[in-house]
Formats: sequence, C-alpha cells, structure tokens
Amino acid sequence: MKPTKTLLTAAALMTAAGGVSAQEMTIVSWGGAYSKSQLKAYHEPYSEKTGVTILNDDSSAEAVAKLRAMNEAGNITWDVVDVVAADAIRLCDEGLAMEIDPDTMLAPAPDGTSAADDFGDLLVSDCFIPQIVYSTTFGYRTDLVGDTPPSDICAVFDLENYPGKRSLEKRPINNMEWALLCDGVAKDDVYDVLATPEGQEQALAKLGTIKDNVVWWSAGADTPQLLADGEVVMGSTYNGRLFSVIEEQKQPVAMLWDAQVFDLDGWIIPAGLSDERKQRALDYIMFATDTQRLADQAKYISYGPARASSAPLVGQHADLGIDMAPHMPTDPANAENTFLYNYEFWADYRDDIDAKFQAWLAQ
Amino acid sequence: MTDASQNAGPMLAADGTPLKQSLARSLRRQKLRALMLVAPLLLFVLFSFIVPIASMLFRSVENNIVQETLPLTVEALQSWDEHSGELPGEAVYDAFVRDMVIAVDSKTHTRLGSRLNYEETGMSSMFRRSGRKMGKMDPETDGPFKEQIIEIHEGWGEPNTWAVIKTHSPAITNGYFLNAVDMRRTPEGAQSQPEDKQILIKLFGRTLFMSLVITGACILLAYPVSYLLATLPMRVSNLLMILVLLPFWTSLLVRTSAWKVMLQQQGVINETLVWLGLVADDARLVIINNQIGTIIAMTHILLPFMILPMYSVMQTIPVTYTRAAKSMGATNWTTFWRIYFPQSIPGIGAGSILVFILSIGYYITPEIVGGTKGVFISNRIAYHISSSLNWGLAAALGTILLGVVMLLYWVYDKIVGIDNVKLG
Repeated sequence: MKPTKTLLTAAALMTAAGGVSAQEMTIVSWGGAYSKSQLKAYHEPYSEKTGVTILNDDSSAEAVAKLRAMNEAGNITWDVVDVVAADAIRLCDEGLAMEIDPDTMLAPAPDGTSAADDFGDLLVSDCFIPQIVYSTTFGYRTDLVGDTPPSDICAVFDLENYPGKRSLEKRPINNMEWALLCDGVAKDDVYDVLATPEGQEQALAKLGTIKDNVVWWSAGADTPQLLADGEVVMGSTYNGRLFSVIEEQKQPVAMLWDAQVFDLDGWIIPAGLSDERKQRALDYIMFATDTQRLADQAKYISYGPARASSAPLVGQHADLGIDMAPHMPTDPANAENTFLYNYEFWADYRDDIDAKFQAWLAQ
Repeated sequence: MTDASQNAGPMLAADGTPLKQSLARSLRRQKLRALMLVAPLLLFVLFSFIVPIASMLFRSVENNIVQETLPLTVEALQSWDEHSGELPGEAVYDAFVRDMVIAVDSKTHTRLGSRLNYEETGMSSMFRRSGRKMGKMDPETDGPFKEQIIEIHEGWGEPNTWAVIKTHSPAITNGYFLNAVDMRRTPEGAQSQPEDKQILIKLFGRTLFMSLVITGACILLAYPVSYLLATLPMRVSNLLMILVLLPFWTSLLVRTSAWKVMLQQQGVINETLVWLGLVADDARLVIINNQIGTIIAMTHILLPFMILPMYSVMQTIPVTYTRAAKSMGATNWTTFWRIYFPQSIPGIGAGSILVFILSIGYYITPEIVGGTKGVFISNRIAYHISSSLNWGLAAALGTILLGVVMLLYWVYDKIVGIDNVKLG
C-alpha cells in the first residue's frame, strides 16, 4: 500500500543529477517474498539497463477495485500491474486493461519460437501476459499424521485416519472442486456438476463433513503460521509459501501435491495511459517477460516460469543453493494429478456460489 | 423600517448612518470573516467527505449501464410481454445486434455482462463469448438475426435472459437494496432470495448484537479503570494512563495478531490452562475464530475509547459531594449509587456512542479473529467492494448501515438525551 521507493542504481541517480529528468514507473505487485523475487529478477536489471527508476506499490490484492476507481477518476497512477489471471480477465472485461498482441509486444524465445506459441494456452485473456504458474495445494505436519503420511487429496476429508484441524481458504473456489473430487465425481465432470444447484449442494455437504474441523483462512500467510504453530494438521495455501516453511524455516511440514490447482499470475498494463507511459510499460514488459528473465525469477521463489522455453533454464535457489526444479509445481513428479483453474466457470458462477458458500459458513 | 421607529426618528451612528444599518453591516462583515475562517475546513469536509459519501450512496440506486449499452434493445423490449413465456420477436434481436456492434467496438458489452451476472449466473460469459462474433455482424445486411444469435449462444434463446434484461433496464433501480435485504428483483416483482443464499440480514443482526455486547463489555471494564485514574494520586494515575494509552499507540494489526497468538488452541492461554491442569489437553478451549474471539479482541482494542471520555468526566466530579453524602450518614454504596454514578453517566454515554459506532463498522479484527461466526456486515461490504466488484450492492449495504446508526442515535437521543453526553 505505501509506495516503497526503491532507488535502484547509481545510474538512475546520476541521470537525475545530470539534469535529465529521471524516468519513473510504478509497478504494482503483491509484496513480500514475491515482490522481492521480481525486484531481483526484473526491476534491478531493467533499471541498470535503462536508468528508469521503478517505484513499487504492494496493492495487487485490491488491484481491480483500485483500477476501477482510478479509471472513474480519470487519473491512472500505475504503469504495470501484477494480477492473477482471473483478475486480468475481469479487468479486460471491464475495459480497464490494455489488449496485448503477443507477436509484436512480447519477446520471442531464443530459438525463434513466437511468444504466442511459447506461452501457449497460458494466454488466457487478451490483456494478460503470464509470468508464473503457481498452485494452491496442501501442506501437512509430518509429525502429526502418524506412520502413513497422506498422499491423496481425500486425506483432507478423512477425519478417521488424519484427525485434527485443517485450514481451507474462506471462499468456494478450489474447495468446492476438491470436495466433489473426493465425493466420487470424475475429474472431467467436476465443473458440469458444480454448475447445477444439486452439485453445489453436494459439494457443500461434503465440506460439511469436516466443517467443525476447519480453520478458514483469508490471507496466504495464515496456513504457514497455523502449520508452524501446530494449530492444524494440514492446510491449503500457495506452493511458494509452503516452500518457504519447509526449506527456509525448516519446519516439519511436507507437501501433498495431489490435485494441486494450477493458477497463473502475470502482468497487465492499465488502459488509458499516455503514449509515453504506454511505451515505457511495453518496453518493460518486453524485457521482463523474456525467456531468461522468467527463468531468473525461479531462483528466488518456487513458482514455475510461464514460458515453455524457460523451464530448462531454471537453476538453483540464490541463497539456499538447492535445485529449484523439483520444487516447481510444474515438475513432472509433482504434477501427476493436477487441476486447472477454470476461469470462465468461476467468472460466471463466482457471485452465485460465493453467496451460497458464505450463507453455508454462517449456518 | 417600521413606522414607529420613523416616528421616533432614526437613531444615528457616529458617521450619520442609521444605527440599525450600521450594526447590520458590521455584523454581516463579522459573519463573513467567520465564514472565511472556516471556509478551508468547510470545503475540505465537503470535497473529501460529503461529496464522496453522497456519490457512493447514489451508486446504490444507479443503474444506467443497461440503458446506455443497449438503448435500442431496451426500447424494443418494452412491447414484449415477459410473462408470455415466449421469445421476443425479430425486432428485439435486430435492435440487440445494432446495440452490440457499438458496444463491442467500445468494449462495454463485457462490463454489462458482469453487471447482469450479479442477477443471473452465466450472463458474464454469454456477453463475452457472443461479443466476438456479434461485433463482426453488419446490422443492415446480415439479418434476420434471431436464429443466428441463438446459434451463437443458446442463452439468447431463453425467454428468461430477455426478462432479466428488461427487469433490470430502468436507470434507477431498487434492485441493490432488495439484494441487501436478501431479496431480489424479478419480473414478478420483489421476491425473497432462495434460502441457501440468505445471509445479509443475519449479518446485520449479528453486527448489531455483537457491537452491543462489545459496548457493554467495554463499560464494565472501563468503569473501574477510569474511576481509579480519576481518584488516584497524580503520579500513580499518570503511570496508569500510560498503560491505557500504550496499546492505543500500537498498530491495530499487531494487537490483533497478538490476540491470535494468545487465543489459539496451541496459544498462550490454552497452554497455561493445560499446564495448570484446569483444562484437559484434548479439550482445549475454542476461543478464537468465533464470536468469542471477536468480542475479546475488539473489546480490548476499543477499550481506550471508553476509558478516555469516562475518565475526563469523572475528573470533573467534585470530591466534596461524596464527602457531604458520607458525612450525612450515607453508606459507601448509597454514596456511589446516588451521588457518584449519576454524575458519571455523561461519560458512559459518550464512550458508548464512540465504541458502538466504531465497532459497528469494524472490519479487520473480525476478519482475522472472527472465523466464520464472528464476522460483521462490513466484511461483506469489503468483499463486494474489492472482490466481487458489486459496488451497487456494497453501497446499498453501506446506506442501510448508515441508516441503522442514525436511527439508533435518534433512539438514544430520545431515551438518554444527547445533551447528557459529555467528553469532559
């Protein structure tokens, strides 16, 4: 929220001192470890190369609402904004984000593959430039699950073998899908079932079997804290958060990758920027989403790069020195059974199911 | 000027003008000067407070988007009977294509889709998916359209789709207010939401009830503290005052998170109770992520707002009154109840209003420690502002909340009397 000014390079300072007005751009992101990974992988090299000063604003959580307000006020102060794919689709729907042509505005892969092919299916909206693939998955306390650690998503609903509390996100997305999967619905039918009132009831009934044992979270940091304090036996959160609990804080926690839900995070450029600012934003995007830069980000955080051509370049963690590839949600060993967030379904059903979900929670 | 004053002859000021005129002029000048002095504040309040609130409240009834995006369609739908159960005729589809070609060009069709999706699930993707193909149509040459459009998305072949558009076409709507009280606007008039979607009235009730409990808890805890503050020697009471103010100066988030550490099942309180043997290890108290958690944390956070007005009122109560009562044979209790307590009521009143109004709009603490049963209506307002982007509904909820607070204030004025409130 408070814009933290990162004066990046001596070069930028010298430009300013030399009387040339320093160029500035405001980049909005999520804050914390994620912003730090972007700072190291994108912002610092970019400032060094161009002398542009980058101001960080940690407002991504409220980005859609704030962009709408800025648009109504006619004063857009952000140049590039990091949002999840579902928000990018909404911003595009509302006309608040600029449409991107991947072939002219994004860098091709080093072997000449066009950006559109390199990103492939991940270009889920006309306005969205994918950056990382992350997943929402479960972590469990290795010391609290007995001799047979869970390997199946349905362990979440199995109070008999895995007693104790679980933490789940306080919203229907993902929880409803997992509930149906564990109630005998085939993976391909989940969204068809969930589109019907009976299917929604079925999912809530399944969640009802563990309702008394659930701690509902609303911030991504909640589950790591609950796991570390032993408040819950298992809990869902973003895989990067679990990575830091396991590898950086060395807590007795392990990942349950089964039925992890893939989601995307990436950039949008707000609609209605002046030509000069638009050019600068596009220049930044061209730089920050090329193959090498996306692979670099994986040195600092365990999220998978969105370009196919970046995957072979993923190396070791910058501080811990461990190989990052096995910690990527996209690693074949982790991705045996995955689930892809259905953007269109949730764009339609979110309001309806959320009302039912909240009413069910309050019962 | 009246005849009487003329008959008596006007009284003149030193410069020869009638005294009345001269006085009026100087009073006017004084008033103007006073106005100039308060003008900066007045303008500030107007532009930073009143105008934004008014515009936010207006959103709760504003619904221009349907008419503006589909002007021809809305007009054509007027002659269609939504109760007939039949699809509208070609004229409506023709108008719809003309509207959509313009809307797709300016990309407002998806915005309308999200608006209508609040009322009817599925509208969002209907508009988004249809937009691409319909934007390429030529209204003059490509007709007739009815079948083509139903071909693009079967939803356009449902009479209900058109009924929803027609029902929500007025520029001023009561739809958001109906939604805010668990009802909805349908072609058949206002109806209750299905039972499994009713939540808002329950949340309003819970917000009011819990705010009252929190206010009550604050009164009980703050009264003895304020009494001590007001009666102890200066040196001790100053130290005590710092203890009261210290949490006040600490970040709200820090204090709320601290409660989390205290109250959770593996937290400080439970650990201590288990260690003392007062609670069995497998029956730890559940005092967070429910109403109790919210009440405890919010009572603590709002306590200074009760202590400070109480303290400043109690300080002004002359000690001689109680001494006089005692010297005439009153017991300690009588002295307190008949002499001291009535004089301290204005402080309780002021503190209660402050705490109650603050807690009714509280958001972050219930979100963190409230779990599912301890959240307030403001958490829902925040959801609609920042996640679902249903600002109309958020505005309606906010307006109702404002109305409830004003109503309670009026009731309070009738019962206790607002003159009976003092901040010291």
